[in-house]
Amino acid sequence: MPTIEHNGSSFTVDEDGFLTGNMDAWNETWVDYVKTVEGITEMTDEHHKVIEILRDYYKKNGIAPMVRILSKTTGFPLKRIYELFPSGPGKGACKMAGLPKPTGCV
Amino acid sequence: MPKHDTPLLDELEKGPWPSFVTDLKRQAEKKPECFDILGQLELSYRDKVTHWKHGGIVGVFGYGGGIVGRYSDVPTQFPGVAHFHTVRLNQPSSMFYSSAKLRDICNLWEKYGSGMTNMHGSTGDLVLLGTTTPNLEPLFYDLTHDLNQDLGGSGSNLRTPSCCLGRARCEWGCYDTQNLCHSLTMHYQDEIHRPAFPYKFKMKFSGCPNDCVAAIARSDFAVIGTWRDDIRIDQAAVKGYLSGEFIPNAGAHSDKDWGKFDIKAEVLDLCPTGCMWMEGDTLKIDNSECTRCMHCLNVMPRALRPGLQQGATICVGAKAPILDGAQFATMTVPFIEVNPDTEFAEIIEVIEKIWDWWMEVGKNRERVGETIMRIGLPTFLKVMEITPTPQHVKEPRSNPYVFWQEDEVEGGWDRDVIAYRKRNAQ
Ligand code: HEM
Ligand code: HEM
Ligand code: SF4
Ligand code: SF4
Repeated sequence: MPTIEHNGSSFTVDEDGFLTGNMDAWNETWVDYVKTVEGITEMTDEHHKVIEILRDYYKKNGIAPMVRILSKTTGFPLKRIYELFPSGPGKGACKMAGLPKPTGCV
Repeated sequence: MPKHDTPLLDELEKGPWPSFVTDLKRQAEKKPECFDILGQLELSYRDKVTHWKHGGIVGVFGYGGGIVGRYSDVPTQFPGVAHFHTVRLNQPSSMFYSSAKLRDICNLWEKYGSGMTNMHGSTGDLVLLGTTTPNLEPLFYDLTHDLNQDLGGSGSNLRTPSCCLGRARCEWGCYDTQNLCHSLTMHYQDEIHRPAFPYKFKMKFSGCPNDCVAAIARSDFAVIGTWRDDIRIDQAAVKGYLSGEFIPNAGAHSDKDWGKFDIKAEVLDLCPTGCMWMEGDTLKIDNSECTRCMHCLNVMPRALRPGLQQGATICVGAKAPILDGAQFATMTVPFIEVNPDTEFAEIIEVIEKIWDWWMEVGKNRERVGETIMRIGLPTFLKVMEITPTPQHVKEPRSNPYVFWQEDEVEGGWDRDVIAYRKRNAQ
């Protein structure tokens, strides 16, 4: 597994740059790192809200929420989520929130 | 990248069918990573397991799908396929190309990828097989800026729609499949590129019930052309078939001697509803009993043509076995006009009623066909605002577990057992 060094922290990730292992490796430095690779110029409260909701949902349910549940709980339509996270809720937001890589027939 | 020994694959260069192994070897002269494709495949032939790792999430900014990420699990042995992502390009309707367009795509793919392709994926996309993550954005930039070409769909979204060649070169096309396919593809770009559904959703368009794009088996939303007036009969051409001037099925069975054309045995007796007969050498059809199966038209294309009141049937919910079992699509709208003058507003309305419902009640990774099975056809027809008709079923239910809506039953469900006891003492 490759490692990523950022601002003095190091993270173990898979080929796609998702955090491996449990959710505890996640911290603000990780968020700052993902920002640089996922086309996000500035972190806003809206970004943090999405990340927080994703992490809460994952801790409670053990899965990432469906897109329309994410839209409902955040109040952001999908269009807004793509404005915040250009790679979309999966590759962008879930990666930044430290959730495991989405699977299935992607 | 060196050539690997591939004794098992070399066997597949024998025989008359075009060999993918020979093609790959030829491509490897220009693109040495193709040697690693062959090398890894040879290893899989020996080990009898795949050597691709699980999953892969890559893409381009702005889109949530279109590219299928893939990594080798033996990258040190085969560095040429360490990254081997697949790029789906949205194909033109019915896959008509100019050589200039294909040349442009090939040049681009030799610049950014392995040079290997799949023409085409089962859903319809032109598939570019094998490139690396850093190449994705530059490839996408050139695709869109120079080739005016977009990606196809992947993920829990509307996948790339596809159609039969229809009226482009088929006399049975009951509507312009290419126009409908292209127009809906453009109309639903957002749904194709940014997954917003409980699961994948596919659309396919066939011009007639022969269903050359297999819409009824391979799409959640199948639009299959038909007509509702009478089959047009050219009696002179019927006589041409009787006399042997015209060959049945346009010569499709000429490789074997099936004897002289026998209209009774080959058409009348095979009509599934038995609604055809001959009066002398005049062919008669009771069109009110015809199910538009296409058989007689297929046998005598010069004599029989679809009627003039043309449109389509919409069937919903086909899917492969996972999870609840394979399904063909269920007949939902028996006849709908396919009208380019309204920009297909009638069909768009049907699609959006399905989506509004399924996006709300569909469970995670539940195809719409499974949602219909779970919640029931009657509820589905109700949300579609379609009145149930006998055509909605092949046969009525045989079990008596019939649900009634409370307002359909006099007195409703609120009953008082004390009142009941007054009439029926214990
Ligand atoms: C008010 C009186 C009765 C009530 C409410 C009643 C109710 C039922 C119900 C709910 C069933 C199941 C039906 C199904 O879904 O298959 C049933 C089946 C049956 N009942 Fe009754 N029953 C009554 C009287 C009787 C009497 C008096 C007899 C016999 C003399 C009887 C014999 C049977 C038998 C043999 C079956 C099984 C039929 C089968 O093979 O499915 N029942 N009954
Ligand atoms: C000794 C007592 C009972 C006998 C011998 C008996 C017998 C039966 C039989 C033969 C059936 C048909 C099963 C089938 O579908 O093949 C049946 C079904 C049924 N019984 Fe009973 N039963 C008894 C008690 C009860 C009681 C106490 C209730 C309700 C409180 C009840 C409610 C039902 C119902 C609702 C069904 C239909 C189930 C279905 O949807 O298939 N039965 N019973
Ligand atoms: S589905 Fe019908 S209209 Fe389309 S190409 Fe096949 S035969 Fe022709
Ligand atoms: S289309 Fe089929 S059902 Fe209709 S008349 Fe011809 S064979 Fe019979």
